Amino acid sequence: MAEITYREALNQALREEMARDDSVFLMGEEVAEYDGAYKVSKGLLDEFGEKRVVDSPISELGFAGLGVGAAMTGLRPVIEFMTFNFSILALDQVINSAAKMYYMSDGQISCPIVFRGPTGAALQLAAQHSQACETWYVHSPGLKLVTPATPADAKGLLKAAIRDNDPVAFMEGELLYNFKGEVPEDDDFVIPLGVADVKREGEDVTILTHGKMVHVALQAATKLEKDGVHAEVVDLRSLRPLDVDTILASVKKTNRAVYVEEGWSYVGVGAQIVSLIQEEAFDHLDAPLLRVTQADVPMPYAKNLERLAKPSADRVIAACNRVLYRN
Amino acid sequence: MSTDTETREEEAMTDETPPQDGGAADLNGIAPERALEILREMLLYRRFEEKAEEAYAIGKIGGFCHLHIGQEGAAAGSILPLRGDDYVISAYREHTQALAKGVRPRAVMAELFGRRDGSSGGKGGSMHIFDVEHRFMGGHGIVGAQVPLAAGFGWTIRYREGDQVVVCFMGDAAVNQGAFHEAMNMAAVWDLPVIFVVENNAYGMGTAFHRVSRTEIHEKASAYGIPTEVVNGQDVLETYRAFADMIAKVRDGGGPFFVDLHTYRFKGHSMSDPVSGTYRSKEEVEGKIESADPIRVLADRLKDAGHLTQKRLEEMDAEAREMSQDALEFADASPPPDPEALYTHVYAEINPNGRLFFDGLERPGFAR
Repeated sequence: MAEITYREALNQALREEMARDDSVFLMGEEVAEYDGAYKVSKGLLDEFGEKRVVDSPISELGFAGLGVGAAMTGLRPVIEFMTFNFSILALDQVINSAAKMYYMSDGQISCPIVFRGPTGAALQLAAQHSQACETWYVHSPGLKLVTPATPADAKGLLKAAIRDNDPVAFMEGELLYNFKGEVPEDDDFVIPLGVADVKREGEDVTILTHGKMVHVALQAATKLEKDGVHAEVVDLRSLRPLDVDTILASVKKTNRAVYVEEGWSYVGVGAQIVSLIQEEAFDHLDAPLLRVTQADVPMPYAKNLERLAKPSADRVIAACNRVLYRN
Repeated sequence: MSTDTETREEEAMTDETPPQDGGAADLNGIAPERALEILREMLLYRRFEEKAEEAYAIGKIGGFCHLHIGQEGAAAGSILPLRGDDYVISAYREHTQALAKGVRPRAVMAELFGRRDGSSGGKGGSMHIFDVEHRFMGGHGIVGAQVPLAAGFGWTIRYREGDQVVVCFMGDAAVNQGAFHEAMNMAAVWDLPVIFVVENNAYGMGTAFHRVSRTEIHEKASAYGIPTEVVNGQDVLETYRAFADMIAKVRDGGGPFFVDLHTYRFKGHSMSDPVSGTYRSKEEVEGKIESADPIRVLADRLKDAGHLTQKRLEEMDAEAREMSQDALEFADASPPPDPEALYTHVYAEINPNGRLFFDGLERPGFAR
């Protein structure tokens, strides 16, 4: 095991998969000569050349579509969006082309493509650069969605996403790129899609979450511990496929759950999880299921307003106390 | 003649060399035998679409159905010069383009009927004909969205150092979409082996092109540094000649090309739309049918050059009608998709861990 950053873990995954399979190539804005806007692709141009590490024009719809066309004809593109905020321009190609191609062609044409980049808010980037895009991607059958929170998960899941035969959206966190953690040094360290990870065990309440919010949940759990509350933190890691068994097992153990996500509440990821739990574990619940989400407003710029808009450890703690009927 | 397309396909693949004699000089350098094959193809497209029209009228075909009648020369002239391993991708007026690329009439008609033996197993319908074996890559319903996909096919060809060519069709309305412009730019920057073809029938549904653009279609491509040609799609031999030459250049590493292929739609935008009315007059349509029917234009040229008699034309037409009738009967007899097909082919890989479907419905095992 080596301690590396989330950014380095992604870089390793890309390097290893490109070395392993010559049909894998990386395309996006500033990925080659500039080494990536967030330096995730650092050194890859030197190693693999301009055929496989490609600077695109600023044409999200265009290069996403080009990637889908390349995937339809046998390559395995990794398309980097500088942030998923910009991928909204490309959603037609993601949803109408990538997600539906296999079905419309009755299984004749698959689309093994990865769309990756950071999602959600960073710091004071304001409304258009600070949104969590999970719901748009997870809504459509035909797509898969992965949201790693740690360096190990980033590496293992990106390798799995590149090897998967379907279109996979791979959402990173801008504020996670410098986050350090232990990562196995094995070229075949692959974490299968659809396996959640219990990041912290507990028996009093389950905090379900994904992506960057895993760290907010863990902070909340640490503080709750001081109060004698043992919270379990379940990192879903993959939102489609979804590890329903792990979710239900935890809820059946604690009988209470809170979902934490960066996105908006209305028809958010948590709404789906809450629906699923009440359908499949209703008799095990001792309290209503609560969600902690972004405020239902576009992200403001001012520091104090931004802080109010984002989910925080304090809000997670408050939600946990409510489902525990504690004051 | 075979009732299906096995023989047709072989003929279409025959390498065509313009002979110095035999009257080819009068036929844009195309051998008379090849010109007759092209005529036979176009007769099939016409009769096939007429059968689809009949079937739609009695409810055998549902949804949207966009006919290609009047534009047969555009399909035959641009697709028949291609090789079997070249790619074609199109929008939603694509039935005859699929036929031209070698997809069996039975498979296309069964798809229009939404039946099990359709080219997409009944899941795609009129707008989503796919046949990978013949490298017919759809059938796309969002105006202009197929253009970046075509650039992607070109990317793969270049990446693999192949010599295939991509022909990407779109309607004239597609040139106002962002996807078109982004894809044209990338194709030019990366020298992709794609021929972008605007089937310019002058109307995007009911909007005349000049009402929505200050510039001509070919000027838009020129802006990206892509060589352009304006071709009369109602004269199939002119079209065939232009494409045969262009395909050779692209195959040879000549980069992308762009064609403003002038044509005319004799029917409404789709089966639900009027042929004429507020946006174009009955007289205009009748005048075009009279003067610019691509099948008549070719038949007249062949007759004038002494390569075709009225009797032979009628025999060829009877064969086309027979083949279309066969496709219709085949489609009608084909069963609907199995109910389990609802769940198949959503994902190419069903991950063993985790749940992929959230509708709460029972699924037939690991539905692929």
